[in-house]
Amino acid sequence: MILWIVATLLGMGALAWGFRFAGQAATSNGPKFRDMPFGVAYGYVLGTGILLWLIWAYTQGRSADTAIANKFFFLRIAIEGFILFSIAAWLFRILGRSVGTVWSKKMFRSMPLTASFGIMTILIYAFLAIFAGVIAPYGQEEVILGAAANIVPGGDPALGGDPDFYFGTDQIGRDILSRLIYGAQNTVGIAFATTLLAFFLGGTLGFLAATLGGWLDQLLSRLVDVLMAIPSLIFALLLMTIASVWAPQLGIPLTVFMVLIIAVIDSTRVYRLARAVGQSIVVMDYIEAAKLRGEGLGYLVFKEILPNATAPLLAEFGLRFCFVFLTIAALSFLGVGIQPPLADWGTMVRDLGGFVNFAQFAPLAATAPLLAAGAIALLTVAVNFVVDWMLHKSSGLKE
Amino acid sequence: MTEEPLLKMRGVKLEGRSDEKWNPIINGVDLTLARGEVLGLIGESGAGKSTLGLAAMGYTRDGVRISDGSVEFDGIDLLKASAAVKRELLGKRIAYVAQSAAASFNPAHKLMDQHCEGPVQHGVMGRAESEQDGIELYRKLRLPNPEQIGFRYPHQVSGGQLQRCMTAMAMSCRPDLIIFDEPTTALDVTTQIEVLASIRDIVEQFNTAAIYITHDLAVVAQMADRIKVLLKGDEVETADTRTMLSAPTQEYTKSLWAVRSFERPLKPAVLTSAVPVVSVQNVDASYGIVPVLHDVSFDMYEGRTVAVVGESGSGKSTAARCITGLLPPKMGQILVDGQVMPADYRKRSKDQLRQVQMIYQMADTALNPRMSIGQIIARPVEFYLGLKGAEKRKKVDALLEQIELEPTEYYNRLPSELSGGQKQRIGIARALAAEPKFIICDEVTSALDQLVAEGILRLLARLQDQLSLSYMFITHDLATVKAIADEVVVMKDGRVVEQGPKQEMFQPPHHPYTDLLLSSVPEMDPDWLTNLLEERGVDNIGDAAVGKM
Amino acid sequence: MGSVLKIILQRLALGFLTLLIVSVVIFTAVNLLPGDFAQSILGQGATPEAVASIRADLGLDQPPVTRYFQWLGGALQGDLGTSFAQANFASFTGTDSGATTVAQQIAPRFQNTMFLAMVTAAIAVPFAITLGILAALYRNTVFDRATNIFTLTSISSPEFFLAYILILFLAVLNPIFPSLSNIFEGMPFSERLEKSMLPALTLTLVVTAHMMRMTRAAIINLLASPYIEMARLKGLSPMRVIVKHALPNALAPIINVIALNLAYLITGVVVVEVVFVYPGIGQLFVDSVKIRDIPIVQACCLIFATAFILLNLTADIMSILSNPRLRHPK
Repeated sequence: MILWIVATLLGMGALAWGFRFAGQAATSNGPKFRDMPFGVAYGYVLGTGILLWLIWAYTQGRSADTAIANKFFFLRIAIEGFILFSIAAWLFRILGRSVGTVWSKKMFRSMPLTASFGIMTILIYAFLAIFAGVIAPYGQEEVILGAAANIVPGGDPALGGDPDFYFGTDQIGRDILSRLIYGAQNTVGIAFATTLLAFFLGGTLGFLAATLGGWLDQLLSRLVDVLMAIPSLIFALLLMTIASVWAPQLGIPLTVFMVLIIAVIDSTRVYRLARAVGQSIVVMDYIEAAKLRGEGLGYLVFKEILPNATAPLLAEFGLRFCFVFLTIAALSFLGVGIQPPLADWGTMVRDLGGFVNFAQFAPLAATAPLLAAGAIALLTVAVNFVVDWMLHKSSGLKE
Repeated sequence: MTEEPLLKMRGVKLEGRSDEKWNPIINGVDLTLARGEVLGLIGESGAGKSTLGLAAMGYTRDGVRISDGSVEFDGIDLLKASAAVKRELLGKRIAYVAQSAAASFNPAHKLMDQHCEGPVQHGVMGRAESEQDGIELYRKLRLPNPEQIGFRYPHQVSGGQLQRCMTAMAMSCRPDLIIFDEPTTALDVTTQIEVLASIRDIVEQFNTAAIYITHDLAVVAQMADRIKVLLKGDEVETADTRTMLSAPTQEYTKSLWAVRSFERPLKPAVLTSAVPVVSVQNVDASYGIVPVLHDVSFDMYEGRTVAVVGESGSGKSTAARCITGLLPPKMGQILVDGQVMPADYRKRSKDQLRQVQMIYQMADTALNPRMSIGQIIARPVEFYLGLKGAEKRKKVDALLEQIELEPTEYYNRLPSELSGGQKQRIGIARALAAEPKFIICDEVTSALDQLVAEGILRLLARLQDQLSLSYMFITHDLATVKAIADEVVVMKDGRVVEQGPKQEMFQPPHHPYTDLLLSSVPEMDPDWLTNLLEERGVDNIGDAAVGKM
Repeated sequence: MGSVLKIILQRLALGFLTLLIVSVVIFTAVNLLPGDFAQSILGQGATPEAVASIRADLGLDQPPVTRYFQWLGGALQGDLGTSFAQANFASFTGTDSGATTVAQQIAPRFQNTMFLAMVTAAIAVPFAITLGILAALYRNTVFDRATNIFTLTSISSPEFFLAYILILFLAVLNPIFPSLSNIFEGMPFSERLEKSMLPALTLTLVVTAHMMRMTRAAIINLLASPYIEMARLKGLSPMRVIVKHALPNALAPIINVIALNLAYLITGVVVVEVVFVYPGIGQLFVDSVKIRDIPIVQACCLIFATAFILLNLTADIMSILSNPRLRHPK
């Protein structure tokens, strides 16, 4: 095994050397190949190798032999999905460039494919979340009468599917598709609300601390230091334990506690950023000019500071949303987050997780938990792509 | 010049990448440099001087490329040469001296280690020999304590000395060509002179060719044999230094020289009975426990300009902060129209605040980037004068006309859509909108190119005559002082060293520091540095002279 | 050297102060619980005498401040109290089984978690740093963009998604590693390593992505500094520029990145241990949260927070030590 790996690496090294040599000969020692470090040549060979392997794996996934096809089923799906999404993102960007206001057209013109993929995905999720009740074929808590439990996704009766339940049913016979759609509403909605709350808390306090300074700044900053010294997921779990005792006594749903707890924990990060951004603006001469004019605190914060803080705050909102969303998903996965019977992706992954072990014989069955987990990943990836682009753009403008 | 030139650049075009496309920086410039010759490369910021200087080494920064032309060094085509061949030339035969020595020395290694790296790596000298040579070079560059200074870390050495250490490092392999990229721009005038003198000496001694890049005409006049003027990526004119200074042929070059000619007529002396508009009386101030002002007093009268001069750290900006009330003085008081002002600006009334306005050095940070020009100027109009709607608009339009900007065109623009000079004008309009008596101008022209700066000075002078304004003009540039001041206050280490009417200040006898400051400002005369050095004696320049006081 | 020592001592003092305050926060949070532990342990039907005896046993009849100092004092000596679940079990059966104290329960699991963290660090740190430096050196190339997309994706994915993907490919479809990490004491090292491989790889994916991006940013920042340009303009070889000029200054940011990400491991470990049923402290923590075994929750929290603070402190001190400005004062 190890011998094979070493041999492959050495072989590729020889190939890379040959590649560079051939390049030098072909371009009669042009600067591109002459000054090419060996590492770069190696990189080219490695990249080509991986690409070829993927193509080979894809053809294996389409093989007539079910055993082999099953083995490469997921890779096939992943490759198909990747290509499909790339094309969709590309089309979406073309659409964005031709439809809309001058501003949005201009924005789409300089947009990388990753960002247009991100925006497209976010729009789809928003649509699903808002119209979940209309789109979903069944209710989220509905145990469908007459439908078997654990129907395999795919809708092919020969493989244990049912065309009525294209994504299958879960362990007590609820429609997985409907629960996925409602999950968009619950998981994304709750995460969004939590992020808003965290921003309201952290943002307000952060700007106040930056503008006023003095003892308020000191007090809040030290408090935040202490809160941030405890890892957030651990702290959240601790507080959720306590909340789970309080919740039934007070008659308030645990989910409300979760929103509050995560919002408070996360607002510490927002506070840090808002304070830093605020401070960098407060030292500007135009703020000094406004202070010397005799302007009040309200004017300073709302007219002079906030409009200049929107870009970094918006990017941070995206990042915080991802973080909150993943924390909630993790809590739900661990069983202390969003409570059943609300449909939620984290809980679904936990409930259906065992099916992954059937992948070798019934690949379709294994897709159920991956769908829910993938739904979480897809959204955070999308948001991160957009944020990455925004940050890149704003840092590029500064130069 | 019969022999082959050392450096030959032909039709060099440079492009920089921004907004996902390549934009031209230099559009085809030719440059020829003979052995032992010093060429001055001047131009305003953004003219592409530094990029061209680096291109002469066959080097481009990230996001810049040489799209056309050729660079030939001693018969070797640098653009076609392989990376290895170029490495062999760089450092050994072509060296570079950067603008910021503090940032260009590696903080992790001692100066001597960095000095010897070039000679040892290029196989010119051994370590011990190179070290000995380094000490010799330090001595030649008149660095204090040449035996030990090389064994310090960069952050343990002052800016002016570090700049000379870098020159020594560039000299370490005895290169044929050195590129100096604004080596004295970040230094104070009294330090600058020392660096200039030592650079000139050593370049002469070793007969090294050099390209000296700067935006300061007076500096380049001291250093260069020939001058090449760049404007927005194009060459304007190249000529011998003396010819260039005495008989420039191009309009742009002439206008560069003309800047220095602006000077206001002298005003009659202030009546002894007049009440000063602003009076600073025995002010002591400190940041925390660090004292920065000691017993500072001066008066400013209606319709007149007081220039406060001094080097960085002299306390001139702190004095302004005391007047505005941002830094309440520890002792002493500020009077406006004979009335004592509350020390803290928060305790001042709206009308008291209105009387004292401020114009800032960096127009970029002085204007809120999210507000339109109209909003920026309208705010004080509304806030102080209580004007609303059409009346407010009329007042803003009048102000824009006063600063020579077309109201309909500029009213809705954002600051980012304006040039540096225009932004500074908006800052002036905002100050005027309060209808003040007194305006503090904090280095208002130092971030601007010379032509634009002169426009601002003329505008300020005109407004003063029209509105009988009183200015406090903070600056380190004595040319500006000559142009606009009526009275001069010289500050050093938080104290007023000397003050009086301008005509007296520019005539001897002076306080020794004023003398040093005045004589250190480079003049357009190519013999100025030589004469000055003779006058002062080699050991009496720059820091050494300051230290003796 | 004097000033550096002073700064480091200050940081250490600050770190321990933070730890102390954090312990107060954890203790207070737990004491916000309504009702009485003793009551909840014994259930509604318990006699008042039984409740009182349990209260006395657990020290619940003391005032909170006394209990805090008892808890803290105990924690410092390695005594983290008695697990409720175990106490309950012991009082129910009337026997005193060996493992009743929290410390006894936590100790083996703590070792397991440390093992997992070390395996992860051993894979992730060299991998991430190399990748990060490569991405910085060849920035804006296809390689850089591909790694950017790859790392963004793996940062964005929840840990359990990555875990299931790895199980799918490396355990189910290609049975290379076991998907369950049933580790026990006395297991040979190689077998232990094999069983911890999948959780370690999952954590590696998450941590590598973060670490690589931060390394890349730090190196790019460094390579843009004028002294690197100067070194290039002195005609030094690329290797020398990197080793002699970039590396000494890159050490501080890279150490920082490593420490921060090892701290990040602490959060990741909880979810990953649950997925792979790895008998570590994270799993114990989650189980205790579910059954509300307060002393264990409290102790785990303290351990996690301590590790977190210590790692951050290390990063802080390392970067002070590698700063030439502080090491060689004027």
